[in-house]
Amino acid sequence: MSTTKKITVTAVAAALGVTALAGCGSSDETDSGAKGSGSKTVTLVSHDSFNASKDVLKAFTEETGYTVKVLKSGDAGAALNQEILTKGSPRGDVFFGVDNTLLSRALDNGLFTPYEAKGLDRVAADAQLDADKHRVTPVDTGDICVNYDKKYFADKKLDPPQSFDDLLKPAYKDLLVTENAATSSPGLGFLLGTVAAYGEDGYENYWKKLKDNGVKVVDGWEQAYNDEFSGSAGGRKAKADRPLVVSYASSPPVEVLYAEPQPTEAPTGVATGTCFRQIEFAGLLDGAKNEAGGKALLDFLISRTFQEDMPLNMFVNPVVSDAKLPELFTEFGATVDKPATVAPDRIAENREQWVRSWSSLVVK
Amino acid sequence: MAVPVAFFALFFAYPVVAIVGRGLKDGGRWQFGRIGEVLSRPEIVDVLWFTTWQALASTALTLVLALPAAYVFARFAFPGKQLLRAVVTVPFVLPTVVVGTAFLALLGRGGFLDELWGVRLDTTVWAILLAHVFFNYAVVVRTVGGLWSQLDPRQEEAARVLGAGRFAAWRRVTLPALAPAVAAAALMVFLFTFTSFGVVQILGGPAYSTLEVEIYRQTAQLLDLPTAAVLTLVQFAAVGGILAVHARTVRRRETALKLVDPEQTARRPRGAGQWALLGGVLLTVLLLILLPLGVLVERSLDGPGGYGFAFYRALQSADASGSTFLVPPLEAVWNSLRYALVATLIALFVGGLAAAALTRRAGRLVRGFDALLMLPLGVSAVTVGFGFLITLDEPPFDLRTSWILVPLAQALVGVPFVVRTMLPVLRAVDGRLREAAAVLGASPLRAWREVDLPLVRRALLVAAGFAFAVSLGEFGATVFIARPDNPTLPVAVARLLGRSGELNYGQAMALSTILMLVCAVSLLLLERIRTDRSGEF
Repeated sequence: MSTTKKITVTAVAAALGVTALAGCGSSDETDSGAKGSGSKTVTLVSHDSFNASKDVLKAFTEETGYTVKVLKSGDAGAALNQEILTKGSPRGDVFFGVDNTLLSRALDNGLFTPYEAKGLDRVAADAQLDADKHRVTPVDTGDICVNYDKKYFADKKLDPPQSFDDLLKPAYKDLLVTENAATSSPGLGFLLGTVAAYGEDGYENYWKKLKDNGVKVVDGWEQAYNDEFSGSAGGRKAKADRPLVVSYASSPPVEVLYAEPQPTEAPTGVATGTCFRQIEFAGLLDGAKNEAGGKALLDFLISRTFQEDMPLNMFVNPVVSDAKLPELFTEFGATVDKPATVAPDRIAENREQWVRSWSSLVVK
Repeated sequence: MAVPVAFFALFFAYPVVAIVGRGLKDGGRWQFGRIGEVLSRPEIVDVLWFTTWQALASTALTLVLALPAAYVFARFAFPGKQLLRAVVTVPFVLPTVVVGTAFLALLGRGGFLDELWGVRLDTTVWAILLAHVFFNYAVVVRTVGGLWSQLDPRQEEAARVLGAGRFAAWRRVTLPALAPAVAAAALMVFLFTFTSFGVVQILGGPAYSTLEVEIYRQTAQLLDLPTAAVLTLVQFAAVGGILAVHARTVRRRETALKLVDPEQTARRPRGAGQWALLGGVLLTVLLLILLPLGVLVERSLDGPGGYGFAFYRALQSADASGSTFLVPPLEAVWNSLRYALVATLIALFVGGLAAAALTRRAGRLVRGFDALLMLPLGVSAVTVGFGFLITLDEPPFDLRTSWILVPLAQALVGVPFVVRTMLPVLRAVDGRLREAAAVLGASPLRAWREVDLPLVRRALLVAAGFAFAVSLGEFGATVFIARPDNPTLPVAVARLLGRSGELNYGQAMALSTILMLVCAVSLLLLERIRTDRSGEF
């Protein structure tokens, strides 16, 4: 950049700064002090679904002296890709929100500095997918499963499906709606579930049959759940006609929580034999300005305080053994005993190939 | 001139070039061979083909449905005209997440057409085309109707007195005067539908994909930057071409036409034919625009205990039992207003200076710059957003985590509207007035304050209103920018729709309705201020 350009650029910036301040007055987000010294603020970068109670974040500040600044940027995939683009000069100290379907992409890009969080021994072994290097810390798990509309199946006096195999039965023809595996994370999870269940040789055949049985594919979870699924609040209003949808095991409790008055029974149920387990991780970003704060935050993410706050904020399950689930989950949620899993490196190697052949089979 | 150029260089050109460069460079060498490689893939060819033909079809359909309305708005006087003009403009600034939901409700199962005739259009191209008409109806009505209302009808009458038939008179007199405006409107609609994102993603289902959707998928989901870069270049070339043609038609339009006060040209409809035309237009507006908007309002009121304001009340509280936000969702309204205010100020500042510079100078270079200012309307939000990330990472411009990035991105989209609104008015200011003031001893600043400002104040307000409305509805770029958690209205709506549960769904509808009202009110205020109707939007 030449000097003259630099001057012009600075002048523009100054002018914009003035305009901006004039418009915004004393905006509380302009904590410019936090950037320079950085010692008392720790920045957590995440996707749009991240959520934590105010009290819990306050507790962290009281405990450690660090204030958490949360930055959200798009869905899980977009947030991670932005992190990869800014590798080495990250926007924050800790990144939360990479799951097992994308883990290899993060690790292969060397996004994280290894750190063994305090209390990791309380975390279930099968969630610790990077146990020998500790580049990432597991924070939560969630299951992607087929949900069903209880009323529909009661009215028809039909048992809801329970397994992948059930979905192929003629009784469930034209009932299932799922998401595009290329653009939606529950869609991808469901596809991976079928890969786990039928193997690399069998899943294509399974989808051929599923297509013959009238599966409908829409682009995202919002459309599938709110517009197509007859069991959801949105779907009831939209007179939706698909009583089976690919969603989460935690969706039924959410249907109860956000209803007024709260029903005594969830309107939807979970086909527990169709679940794929998602594990979400957090890691200390390589090049973090506040490394000490970042480490404290990672410890905090698997502390009991945070883990017990998480279910009702993000509708996921804790990973630590000593966290108590809220009543809402124990009462209305489903227990998934044997979720399907696929190893992250196998996903990394084959994801594109699986999605591509799935697309040509099901979408086109 | 220096300020707008620097603004665009820093916040648009540099980030876009950098992200494209990241995709096309390998070890410091440009790999232009990738362009051919990507463009020969069959799935990319499909995308290009679909993008082009759906944009052509959408433009044609919009013209067919909106041109009669342009005529009606220009030539007929009827009660509620101003309100109606504001209403048809509301869709233009609504976020597509909201509109997609409304259209599914109408065109999908159990929808209006399904109930009446058992016709379902969801996941067909028809849903996409109709939604595009919904969004762009106002572009045609305002651009063409604005000019039409100022054409002197006596010219056509004179031709008829001289013996020309009704059609011949229209074809020889009115059509040539109108043609550039129609072409300009058609090109704008083509531009907006060519770069369509949300509509295609939601209504098209996974089977249809436009260039813009594909760029998003390649960048945000797959991180396949080389492919995204090639597609961005293709879109860039197409948009550049459209804008070049657009700039030519706009210039042709600025050739002298005898314009009259619109108040004189509009009169009450006479005869069965004219009433039928008015009725037909009103029916189209009702079915195509009011009905989808009405669905949103209806759903926002349709609470568990019958109709009421339960969802609106819920917006005021951050529910203690766990909520999608740390703050009451209603606060998104204030966030949006604040961001939009800052974005408007930036857009006015940059756009105003650009318009002033464009008025004072002429020549090829300046005209080129005029077209360049429109480019952000046609470049994908994800490209700009990701470009910010890799360019604005060093002091004094480490803005990646700063809130200012959101209004900056919104201002990029607002500036073209400001320039297009201000330019015709500024060009009309007689330079001799300014010179006279200077001769009488006024300083340049005083001359500007006393001469220019009173003349352009209205245009300035109109431009501000558009920039404000566009910023309120902007979703694409905002969602890709890391924000401290103070979501804007469209982001909050999207987030509420991303959750199950009746309360979340209802609140999303209620927030959408509020967004709609805020837009409608600001547009209605504009209608009152607006006197010069020759602006393009």
